[in-house]
Amino acid sequence: MSTTTNVAIVDAATPAGGAGRAETGSAASGPSKPKRPPRPAKLTWRTALKRDWRLYSLLVLPLVFLLVFRYLPMAGNIIAFRRYRPGGNIFGDEWVGFHYFEMFINDPTFWRVFTNTIILGALCLVLIFPLPIILALMLNELRSAKFKRIAQSISYLPHFMSVVIVAGMVLQLVSTRGTVNQIVDALGGTPIDFIQKPEWFRPIFVSSEVWQTVGWGTILYLAALTTIDPQLYEAARIDGAGRWKQTWHVTLPGIAPTIVVLLILNIGTFLSVSFEKVLLLYNPLNLSSADIIATYLYRVGIGSGSFSYATAVGLFEALIGLFLVLSANLISRRVTGASLW
Amino acid sequence: MRDSRGYTVFRVVNAVLILAICFVTLYPFLNVVAVAFSSQGYINAGQVSVIPLGFNVTTFGIVMGDPMFWRNYGNTILYTTVATAISMVLTTIFAYALSKKRLKGRAFFVGIAVFTMFFAGGIIPNYVLINSLGWRNTIWAIVIPNAISIFNLLVMKAFFENFPEELEEAAAIDGLTTYGILWRIVLPLSKAVIATMVLFYAVTFWNSWFSAVLYMSKPELYPVTVYLRNLLLSSAQPQDSAEGLQIAANVKAVTMLLTVLPIVCLYPFLQKYFVSGVMLGSVKA
Repeated sequence: MSTTTNVAIVDAATPAGGAGRAETGSAASGPSKPKRPPRPAKLTWRTALKRDWRLYSLLVLPLVFLLVFRYLPMAGNIIAFRRYRPGGNIFGDEWVGFHYFEMFINDPTFWRVFTNTIILGALCLVLIFPLPIILALMLNELRSAKFKRIAQSISYLPHFMSVVIVAGMVLQLVSTRGTVNQIVDALGGTPIDFIQKPEWFRPIFVSSEVWQTVGWGTILYLAALTTIDPQLYEAARIDGAGRWKQTWHVTLPGIAPTIVVLLILNIGTFLSVSFEKVLLLYNPLNLSSADIIATYLYRVGIGSGSFSYATAVGLFEALIGLFLVLSANLISRRVTGASLW
Repeated sequence: MRDSRGYTVFRVVNAVLILAICFVTLYPFLNVVAVAFSSQGYINAGQVSVIPLGFNVTTFGIVMGDPMFWRNYGNTILYTTVATAISMVLTTIFAYALSKKRLKGRAFFVGIAVFTMFFAGGIIPNYVLINSLGWRNTIWAIVIPNAISIFNLLVMKAFFENFPEELEEAAAIDGLTTYGILWRIVLPLSKAVIATMVLFYAVTFWNSWFSAVLYMSKPELYPVTVYLRNLLLSSAQPQDSAEGLQIAANVKAVTMLLTVLPIVCLYPFLQKYFVSGVMLGSVKA
């Protein structure tokens, strides 16, 4: 998730549209699109290609990649509306309309995994989103640059771990002989087999997400903090603001655009709960709270071969995600003026 | 300016809290190391936390004695190297072309790349595509479909945009073509961002496991992450004998340790690059 979030900052202060995102580096040269003084004649594709054909040749392979591995699968979603037969056409064999959508709407298991996804996604969003901000502010208060650097290095480390390793660590920590049960034991409780209990899945999942993502999440806030003009602090001090007031009136407004942009992205991706981690941590006993849309469609799609049905479920999830990010962006642009595009 | 009493207290509390956070972050690693080196009796009694008890290294022999482990470890190295190389070439040429403001249609090309961050084809259409390409049980299923990360692309593009234009213009006047400028001027001066991207891609491919689960049906083609995953899942089942249970915990810890080892070893050297690299991409706003 954090990989997507990072991008936003590049454009956080560029209110212009899709074209605007490209112009970030050229503040000095001014708006480049409407005015092109040296050559008033419109640059046609023919002259552009003739002049820059080497540059365009560099685009060929990446564009083929996007076309085949990103846009073709998007078009492949059509099998949600067509019956797919293994070995048949990759776009399906005959139209069935909304048959598969009706199927999952009437499927009680679908609604159970849908609810689980929303609960897990919302828990992660609400509990995890503020933590990197707080940690970044805490790190920012450290006087010793060396201590700060070491603390940052340590907090980034989990981000680079494979989800398989994380799952392995989680299973080890919550096993009946693991650290958590050692603490339970020391406090006089009886050991619990956490991973087998549905009611413990959410706490386990959310805390492992906290562990893995919070440190890395601070990197953008720390970057934003360095861009705040020190004179603002000076001015606030002269006006008699103490440390807390400086944080409240200078630091937080300074990183507010970053916060807004990351919030939009997190809202947009909140349904895409870390599928791989759930897949590694769920088991038949905690299924009732662990099963999410993605694991469900993996089971029915890859596991049972109901490709069209699983595609319909996946398309539904992807469209909700797209809708969420578009609306969060729109609302944010109306309310705060900051947006992704 | 002197600090108020309250602020001094705050600073101390803050430092202590950060120390505590660091400990909690490191704890799972320390715990894995401790379990890997502990003897089975202590693990079974639930006494191992961060210090190995009853020092023992025989488990390393058990894990390293499995030829499949080495086979899969080798696969991971192969997949990571090939995938990182392909990704770097595609990302660099794409980012470089997109960074040129004179490129007509640039906004459109950036747009179609960025759109894929918000909407994707989904797992089943991808699965169908790879299967119909006939890439099952081949390295291509792993190294091609995730070759370009849009995030990395945007960081690189931002870096190239910051490049002084005069330098490239001078090179062009001296007779270098676009290719020559990219190869002989831009790339040699982009070591920081290239190192960052190599690290990001290499770590991603080293850690990946799911494509292999989807597309590899022969155990000898698995990367080591899948080896580990199968180990975790198999011993998640209740074992009959206490002996089996003990060995499982130990073996799992050792395998985890050996799997993360390259990343943990490289991390201190490379992290100074990625911090500056990500900053380059992100501070621009």
